[in-house]
Amino acid sequence: MSAANWRRAINVQNPRPLPTSSQASARVAREAGVGRFSFENPVRARHVLVLAFLLAYPWFASPFFTYQIGAQALALGLIALSLTFLGGYGGMISLAQMTVAGIAGYMVAIFGTAATDGVTLGWPWWLAVLLGIVIATGAATFIGWLSVRTEGIYTIMITLAVGVAFYYLVLQNYTVFNGFQGEQKVFPPTLAGMYWRDATPFYYLALFWALAGYLFVVYLVRTPFGIALQGIRDNPRRMHALGFNVTAHRVAAYAVAGAIAAVGGVLFTWYNGLVTPGSVGTHWLINIFVIAVLGGMRHPVGAFLGAIVFVLLQNFAIDVIDRERFNLVIGAVFLAIVLFSRDGLLGWWTALSARLSTQRGATTWKAARGRLYAR
Amino acid sequence: MTRAWKVFWALVIGIPILALAAWGLHDNVRLFVITFLNGLTLASLYFIVASGFTLVFGLMRNVNLAHGSLYLLGGYLGYFTAQFTGSWLLALAAGFAAAALVGLAMQVSIFRFMPGQDLRQTMVTIGLSIVIADLLMWAIGAQVHQMSPPPWLDGPIRNLPVIRAYSTYRFSLLPIGIVIGVALWLFLNRTRVGMMIRAGVDDRAMLAAAGVNVNLVFATTFAIGAGLAGFGGVIGAVELSMVPGEDTRLLLASLIVVIVGGMGSVVGAAIGAAIFGLAETYGLAYAPTYSVVFTFVILVLVLAFRPRGILGRPA
Repeated sequence: MSAANWRRAINVQNPRPLPTSSQASARVAREAGVGRFSFENPVRARHVLVLAFLLAYPWFASPFFTYQIGAQALALGLIALSLTFLGGYGGMISLAQMTVAGIAGYMVAIFGTAATDGVTLGWPWWLAVLLGIVIATGAATFIGWLSVRTEGIYTIMITLAVGVAFYYLVLQNYTVFNGFQGEQKVFPPTLAGMYWRDATPFYYLALFWALAGYLFVVYLVRTPFGIALQGIRDNPRRMHALGFNVTAHRVAAYAVAGAIAAVGGVLFTWYNGLVTPGSVGTHWLINIFVIAVLGGMRHPVGAFLGAIVFVLLQNFAIDVIDRERFNLVIGAVFLAIVLFSRDGLLGWWTALSARLSTQRGATTWKAARGRLYAR
Repeated sequence: MTRAWKVFWALVIGIPILALAAWGLHDNVRLFVITFLNGLTLASLYFIVASGFTLVFGLMRNVNLAHGSLYLLGGYLGYFTAQFTGSWLLALAAGFAAAALVGLAMQVSIFRFMPGQDLRQTMVTIGLSIVIADLLMWAIGAQVHQMSPPPWLDGPIRNLPVIRAYSTYRFSLLPIGIVIGVALWLFLNRTRVGMMIRAGVDDRAMLAAAGVNVNLVFATTFAIGAGLAGFGGVIGAVELSMVPGEDTRLLLASLIVVIVGGMGSVVGAAIGAAIFGLAETYGLAYAPTYSVVFTFVILVLVLAFRPRGILGRPA
């Protein structure tokens, strides 16, 4: 650490009190922007409206919109949610979340059934899914253990390197991962008289897990663990001095995020019906990051907002300009968001509400500003 | 770590490598030596690209994830310059200049306005890399472009001991890498601008207070760093080939090289490039399916013992 950084670190004023009681914790959480969407009664009219819309969605949307737009956005949002949790609350940007999701997908294909003989074991689907999630969580923990030794942009570089290394591994390995072809025809089971890859059942399956993940993260960031994690994000040295095990908290955050990404990965694999090296390539590693940043990392809902925008662009941008130029559109949108908003779409939302209600909005905006980017 | 531990780990890591090398020499001398040369020449290319990356990072704490795109841009421009003029040296200059100009434009128009926000700068470079990669694919297409080496570097060197013959162009990468490394080292350590850059690495604010135009220093560094990526692109256009996706590959190589060697250090980049280039080539020669695992193991080992890289200093 250079002299300038030391000075800055020592002179940093931290007006937030320590989380001594649950009341204080709630206050810290609110000031940190965690509880902004919920006060005494966490359920608001807009939550009910959104939930009602989500539940009713397949009844008025066409199968294309239910499956390609709705279910895909939910599955991708779940994977991006793991990054939002890691980045927004843990201060660690990992580009390897899609790798974790891909590991889960590959494991489901390898232990369960896929079109490739010799590579798949054909075990029951529930066992394969369980094993996939456990193994992917283990891998995420390992990636976390590896990258928490570093901070900030170093973490991005190392997780990117890990992710691309996994891509080349599955690309070059034919005995286990079936190389370039990957695992084809990885489908969800037929259960309770329903084929779960049909649009409506799959949509509800994705919705269930997306809601579960969302509520889990919203809950987790209010627990002592979540509060400590945010403390570590804001000032690791101080938290270390207070007796918190910084490394353990960070690795645990990677494990939790890994579990979320693994569930999302299984869903996304089922959605595509296949998992190939392409689905864990740099392109998708960065797409997940783009989704999380697009939506905004300060609240879990950002991941799903970003996923909806991403999926809509993916499906309809090609109508506006050339079919092949999707990357250009998504890259330009991403650049615009990064250049002109501090915190994605949520940042614009915050700025807008700050304009509308100057009193509380102004302070929230000030508090929100620079949280993620200043360090 | 005490001296005894250092010796212990040196033995634990060194003895298997020596044993493998001895086995390789005994098994097939020619393959071993050729692989060694291939590894070193590949390392030379990696070094040229990664040294630009590490230079930019060292001064600006800006992880330029568009570095791979600059590599590809330089390569394509070099390719077309060589087609029109027929001169490889002009192609090199064009590749360097094009990437340097784009880098300069990036620094002047974007990064200057977000000082100290490393994460945001990194995000912007990710966005730029997506856009540049797609623009290049749009303009040039997805087919493979391969540049032919200049006539005076074409063909093999014959009558060598043990390996009999070796590609002249491939071999010439080694001196090119060494010359660039030495020039960069001299530039950073023996010139006034280099002194300013090194001062900026240590304390940016103090350098500005001393009356140096920091923005100019930053712009120069960014241009040189980006230019080295373009320069590497022209060299790689002959040695490897240019196709969409190569940008990611070279970006990964640069990342691993500077993580292993230590970020912001040119000598570290040389060490990292040598280790990574040799590991990748030997992996491909002796265990093709698992060559990437070697790279990964090296990364894990280095991070486990030296989280900042071999020559890295605490940020």
